[in-house]
Amino acid sequence: MAKRIDVSGLNAYYGAHKAIDDISMTIEPRSVTAFIGPSGCGKSTFLRTLNRMHEVTPGGRVEGKVLLDDENLYGAGVDPVAVRRTVGMVFQRPNPFPTMSIFDNVAAGLRLNGKYRKSELKDIVERSLKGANLWNEVKDRLNKPGSGLSGGQQQRLCIARAIAVEPQVLLMDEPCSALDPISTLAIEDLIGELKERFTIVIVTHNMQQAARVSDRTAFFNLAAVGKPGKLIEIDETERIFSNPSVQATEDYISGRFG
Amino acid sequence: MTVATSHRHRKVAEPRPPLALKQSRLPRWTLPVLALVAVGAGCGIGLVAGLDSTVQWGLIAALLFVLATYLLTTAVEGTRQAKDRLATSAVWTAFLLAVVPLASLLWETVARGTKVLDGYFLSHSMGTLPDALPGGGVYHAIIGTLEQVGLATLIAAPLGLLTAIYLVEYGRGRLAKVVTFFVDVMTGIPSIVAGLFVLSVWILILGFGPSGFAGSMALAILMMPVVVRSTEEMLKLVPNELREASLALGVPKWRTILKVVLPTSIGGITTGVMLAIARITGETAPVLLLVWGAKTINNNPFDGAQQSLPLYVFQQWQQGSDASYDRAWAAALVLIAFVMVLNLVARGIARWKAPKAGR
Repeated sequence: MAKRIDVSGLNAYYGAHKAIDDISMTIEPRSVTAFIGPSGCGKSTFLRTLNRMHEVTPGGRVEGKVLLDDENLYGAGVDPVAVRRTVGMVFQRPNPFPTMSIFDNVAAGLRLNGKYRKSELKDIVERSLKGANLWNEVKDRLNKPGSGLSGGQQQRLCIARAIAVEPQVLLMDEPCSALDPISTLAIEDLIGELKERFTIVIVTHNMQQAARVSDRTAFFNLAAVGKPGKLIEIDETERIFSNPSVQATEDYISGRFG
Repeated sequence: MTVATSHRHRKVAEPRPPLALKQSRLPRWTLPVLALVAVGAGCGIGLVAGLDSTVQWGLIAALLFVLATYLLTTAVEGTRQAKDRLATSAVWTAFLLAVVPLASLLWETVARGTKVLDGYFLSHSMGTLPDALPGGGVYHAIIGTLEQVGLATLIAAPLGLLTAIYLVEYGRGRLAKVVTFFVDVMTGIPSIVAGLFVLSVWILILGFGPSGFAGSMALAILMMPVVVRSTEEMLKLVPNELREASLALGVPKWRTILKVVLPTSIGGITTGVMLAIARITGETAPVLLLVWGAKTINNNPFDGAQQSLPLYVFQQWQQGSDASYDRAWAAALVLIAFVMVLNLVARGIARWKAPKAGR
């Protein structure tokens, strides 16, 4: 199910402001690709262009090509809604739907997209919660509100919600930055399991995390504040953290940045 | 020279006195006692000076209380606490000043309204009863108010809701600004103008007769901007993250609005609509122009003159007989109770529908 992503010549804008400049890269299927770089360098913006969430922001605009296997996400006649069903997303802050129970939160993507039989939904919800390592903690209170869970549980609930619609790619925008180390560990383990089934892209500010979970790492940087962000290099994670080919990467990783 | 130097030196090196964590405080009973004394003094001054109005007595007492607490607290606890007390008592005084007229209005209406308010009054119309005679009732006015306000809500609530959804979720650029501007303008329309507008279009130009529905249209004009404004505010309170979460699941925008945004804000929206209903329920002018009022029961809001509660109050007051005064007060009480029930229902719905954080 997992798919390869091929990006070429991608620019993204907020109104007149260019946020990322001419990015090209390949993201391998069934692997974890981490994006690192300083704040404001366009990692999150680039991530959001991969499932057409960037254009949801007022003034958001994208140029260039994103090929999912061989299909251009920005081609004529492509429905962004269909793209987002194929490329799921987990956000920085856990955002379960406050009016819905735990069960309904996981079922939301399916239920809001069409009709499912109750037994079928039950199976999918159980499978997704198990996939997100949350089943044992919530199986006795599936009809309680999702907002009553702890932050780490909420984030795993959001991951369960995202994988319930069976996407082929899972984008994670700093999924652990609001969580404590234990919950972070739980999510990192989960990422390791999920990459068997999905192509995973994760934005993180935590370089140890990138080193722990990812197979490949991309380093983004920006020339100055207000200038667009650029991709500096992308390589095997081991290479990036031991012997990167660009000096700027080494400076950033070893803390000599700025 | 040496003296000056050593003096300056000493001043710099002098250790600051340790910050006292405990300070002298007024005993707890001081404020109630002061309040009693102030009220006593206020009444005393009022009596001695021969002031007729008890409101003046109250104002004097309030002023004395604020002054006395300020001075006493300054003397015992220091200026910072005194300022705090001053602000607190000013807030309380303002609160009491605001509540007194409301409470007295309610008291007056209940006291005078209960005189003729009974089952008969609620279940009978005026019929052919002469205005000077006791008896009669408000049944026809209750029916009229329910139908007119109900129809107005049916027109204004969906329109207002959809307008607010457009403004918050879709509206960009010029059109949204124009719509916002006109909603603002509509908020300021006096009810008599809305009534005259419908009168000139519906009755004078199109040639229809007076009816409950004509009144509903004018009420809807008054209600719509209130619904738009309150709904807009409620929709803006829904965090953007929830919209993005839903969109990222591959849910189309319209379904996101219908299934995520609206359920999250439904409590506040309902409260807003209920308050808008409460606001138009008391309108008299458009009803006077368009529904004309009636003494008998007319169940059909689309044909012929009807009665409504505020208009009934107005007309009974105009008759000027003792019996009609009693009826006016009783009808006013019914109107207040009606609005109060609506408000309570709105609060109940808001609490019931509010997103819960239960475990």
